[in-house]
Amino acid sequence: MKFYVGIVLWLLSAVPLAAEELKLAVTTSFANSGLAEILLPAIAEGTGIDVQLLIVGTGQALKLGEAGDVDAVLVHSRAAEEEFVASGFGTHRREIMYNDFIIVGPTDDPANVGLATLATEAFAHIAGAQAPFVSRGDDSGTHKKELGLWKAAGIEPTGDWYRAVGQGMGAALNTASGMDAYILADRASWLNFGNKGDLTQLFGGDPALFNQYAYIPVNPALHPHVKAVAAERLEVWLTSDRARALIEGYTIEGQQLFVFNAER
Amino acid sequence: MNDILTGMAEALRLILTLDPTLIEISLRSLEVTVSATIIASLISLPLGAWLAINRFRARRFVIAFLNALMGLPPVVVGLLVYVLLSRSGPLGVLGLLFTTSAMIIAQVIIITPIIASISHQAIRELWADYHDLLISLNTTRWQRIKALLWDGRRALLTASLAGFGRAIGEVGAIMIVGGNIDHATRVLTTAIALETGKGNFALALALGFILIALAVVVNLALHLLSKTERSSLW
Repeated sequence: MKFYVGIVLWLLSAVPLAAEELKLAVTTSFANSGLAEILLPAIAEGTGIDVQLLIVGTGQALKLGEAGDVDAVLVHSRAAEEEFVASGFGTHRREIMYNDFIIVGPTDDPANVGLATLATEAFAHIAGAQAPFVSRGDDSGTHKKELGLWKAAGIEPTGDWYRAVGQGMGAALNTASGMDAYILADRASWLNFGNKGDLTQLFGGDPALFNQYAYIPVNPALHPHVKAVAAERLEVWLTSDRARALIEGYTIEGQQLFVFNAER
Repeated sequence: MNDILTGMAEALRLILTLDPTLIEISLRSLEVTVSATIIASLISLPLGAWLAINRFRARRFVIAFLNALMGLPPVVVGLLVYVLLSRSGPLGVLGLLFTTSAMIIAQVIIITPIIASISHQAIRELWADYHDLLISLNTTRWQRIKALLWDGRRALLTASLAGFGRAIGEVGAIMIVGGNIDHATRVLTTAIALETGKGNFALALALGFILIALAVVVNLALHLLSKTERSSLW
């Protein structure tokens, strides 16, 4: 019996007690961009906070915040974020930076997406040609953006050509690559993606495709255990000049990925 | 095919250069799964023996139930443990979610039925041989269980290793309860899932080969240490 009690104590003792660990739920698109690998060491150096990233979709990130399982979230879906703060789960919403989405598709471009001038027009081309399109289908920020674009284009995406995979950005890109399908991806994930196959970037640059990231600390009034002080120090750092330099200086294949736009 | 060859070369490179990240996640894989296997064995080996020597009304049902639980979907176990350990769940105050402890708990739940079922089967056969002797010596129930566990140790090692094998390659549950946090809860299987998501198939495969090699090494080491294949013992 003593033995089993010992095991329970041992399991409990494995709980990290270090004061300066902070759990931050971020989106797959942010994590896949590789920017985290630049920012995290700089954050540790500048603030002493060891940020532990939970890489999930925006929907799940906000759920983690609601339950108090993370101390703050960094996500990109404005409507859902504002609702999150309005419901009292977060203290406030602070815009940090934006990147943009692009439309990726097969090189021969059967739906002539490359000829479009607007994102909605490109989507209309895909629907018109009934060309295979892979949707994230996972309630993530990217998925919500995609649904918003279909709506703006006045199209209800249904049919054999529209394939919702219900997975993260990488898995969805793998699926698109395997099926030679069109897909809406964030620029960073695409540039870092290692299995491009016959896919290529066909459309980008429309301001409708901009993707705003915002930082929301979880409300300590609701969850007294969250590390509110550390979350605030992280926010100060994320909006600092040091953060601006690192975020804007981050490039892949010569392309700048993020634009810092935190108001101070 | 090309990815497989690149994967093998990459695996070799990672091992030969003693890549620090690889060593870190491999050790964490071992830490989680070895802990889970030890805890699950401590629960299920005595349980298997107890089920073998006791006759009670619900015995058949309990055994059938244990056998059925061998097929527990890890993702469901993960979700259950997650809901229990979440800050808004009943055990939330422990703050165990997204720690290696949570991963160990999930794996213990997954492999306990496997070890219990296999050890029950092995001990039942041993009990048929030992029954008359142990009864005539007027042994207590606990003494019988101890005797059976000791004399059946080789078969029980196999039972524990079956549990280890299931746990070391498991990804569904530990991804959910551990969160795949770099330098905290990332292990070989979740790293493989992550690299696959990034389209880095060669690196993902390399980690896969290393995972397989690790499982083989652990099994070999245990068999050598316990001398199960001594030539004098047929």
